[in-house]
Amino acid sequence: MVEASPIIEISHVSKVFQLQQQTIHALSDANLTIAKGEFICLIGASGCGKSTLLRIMAGFEQPSSGQALMWGRPIAGPDPSRGMVFQDYALFPWLTVRENIGFGPAARGLARSQVKETVDKFVELVGLSKFANVYPHQLSGGMKQRVAIARVLANDAELVLMDEPFGALDAMTRERLQDELLEIWQRTKLTVVFVTHSIEEAIFLANRVVVMTPGPGRIESDNPLDLARPRDVASPEFNDVRRVLGAKLHSHHEKKAAA
Amino acid sequence: MAVAETRAEPAVAARPAMARILWLRAKPTVLALIVPLLLLAFWQVATANRWTLLIPTPYQVGEYMVDFAVGGIYDDAYSSTLFTHLLASMSRVYGGFALAALFALPIGMMVGRMPTARMLLDPFLQLMRPIPVTAWLPLSMILFGLGAKSAFALVCLGAFYPILLNTIFGVRSVDPKLFEAASMLGCRGSAQFYKVVLPAATPSIFTGLRLGLGLAWFVIVVGEMTGVPQGLGAVIMDGRTLSRTELVICGMIVIGLAGYVSDRLVVALGNRLLRWSPNHNG
Ligand SMILES: Nc1ncnc2c1ncn2[C@@H]1O[C@H](COP(=O)(O)OP(=O)(O)OP(=O)(O)O)[C@@H](O)[C@H]1O
Ligand SMILES: [Mg+2]
Repeated sequence: MVEASPIIEISHVSKVFQLQQQTIHALSDANLTIAKGEFICLIGASGCGKSTLLRIMAGFEQPSSGQALMWGRPIAGPDPSRGMVFQDYALFPWLTVRENIGFGPAARGLARSQVKETVDKFVELVGLSKFANVYPHQLSGGMKQRVAIARVLANDAELVLMDEPFGALDAMTRERLQDELLEIWQRTKLTVVFVTHSIEEAIFLANRVVVMTPGPGRIESDNPLDLARPRDVASPEFNDVRRVLGAKLHSHHEKKAAA
Repeated sequence: MAVAETRAEPAVAARPAMARILWLRAKPTVLALIVPLLLLAFWQVATANRWTLLIPTPYQVGEYMVDFAVGGIYDDAYSSTLFTHLLASMSRVYGGFALAALFALPIGMMVGRMPTARMLLDPFLQLMRPIPVTAWLPLSMILFGLGAKSAFALVCLGAFYPILLNTIFGVRSVDPKLFEAASMLGCRGSAQFYKVVLPAATPSIFTGLRLGLGLAWFVIVVGEMTGVPQGLGAVIMDGRTLSRTELVICGMIVIGLAGYVSDRLVVALGNRLLRWSPNHNG
């Protein structure tokens, strides 16, 4: 079935923040269309508006100008169909793993038995059965992020927005979670928008890498990747892409230096 | 030879290990008892050597305490009245505390989360706050007369501010990320108050309740010095008027113990309710 409109359409979106006397152009004339089932990575230097763009898609911020649409309708505010995974987890510390995952289904008024069924399924999916009745402060960072992902999936999110979700984790945990995330994505046909600082992470995960540049925050280039999966970070193809994207990511430095 | 040696080793090592474990278990209790025991010893030495004649010996106080509790030794007006007085004080402490919580919790939540309520009430509450509870005593005697009502009012006032201030702090300092997390999961508007603000504020609110109850025990003595017939504060005052120092000391000990037990119970309750909080494992 062909969808009439793309799942996300960002057209001419700008975002201006007023900070004391300063006007900050966090995002300037951004355009981005995302089809259902895509895995998009946003990369770019610090302050180029990646989080701002993600938060506009989530509905936490409204664009200063332009339009952000989901299935052709303006994004008016946060909604369970668009789940956010924060870098610092933002789990509810007073709820156990089970209760955190069941928060969304319960808030949407599902029957108790349905909540339990959903929770069981997603606790299992992210491999936390042994820790189901444990509080967040007793979990490792990787486990916390698994809970954060499960709680969004348990709420039937079609679009998962992830803001440097693995940034605070050690390399090994990060690789494991990357594999798990890809597996879930492939199995469930989710749409993922994933912000990262790491070119390698972006190339490993995405089927499109969107490069952003700061001052003011802009979308610099949109790069579809057709590398076969599972991807091998040591392969020559992977390194070719890494070189090309690296050049794009750093090009604005040279432009500035030349000017 | 070599075999015998290796066999002997664990047995030798095991004994000090057992002793170590026992010591580690007992250490907190032993250390906690050192200072009180030293003070008690000093008290005994000081009274036995007649350095002062104003204070009875620990033994006399202990004997009097038994009489105060169950009678049968002196059989005077205070024999076996301990529980009557304790009950009178406890009813004022918990009653005043409950009334304070009844007002302080909702007011604190409103001042903390509603800008209008904050602008309306916060300046007034901050202005009244520096007035010590004891400074209210004369006014409370004028308003409520000499007696139980006055003590009750003071306890209530004393417990009010710790509960209020910690509730305001608790409901105001909720991590903004948690609101975003709740709203993207489908929990919006007033539901967020029950699902996010209240649970996030429980550690602070709990701290406020604990401080408030402590202060209630603190204030009760002052409150009961205003001519109530029953209560531990009254006992202490009577003891002073009658120059019966052992009665004064007994009253003090009972108040101390009652306050301590009450605080321990609240802490135990808190540790159960706040299992989730990494800062509440005391
Ligand atoms: N709520 C806000 N108020 C004022 N300025 C803001 C706000 N949010 C973001 N900004 C500004 O907008 C710009 C873009 O911020 P944003 O967080 O989107 O960048 P980022 O690409 O996510 O950076 P990083 O990689 O460091 O997370 C920054 O200059 C930031 O200071
Ligand atoms: Mg960011």
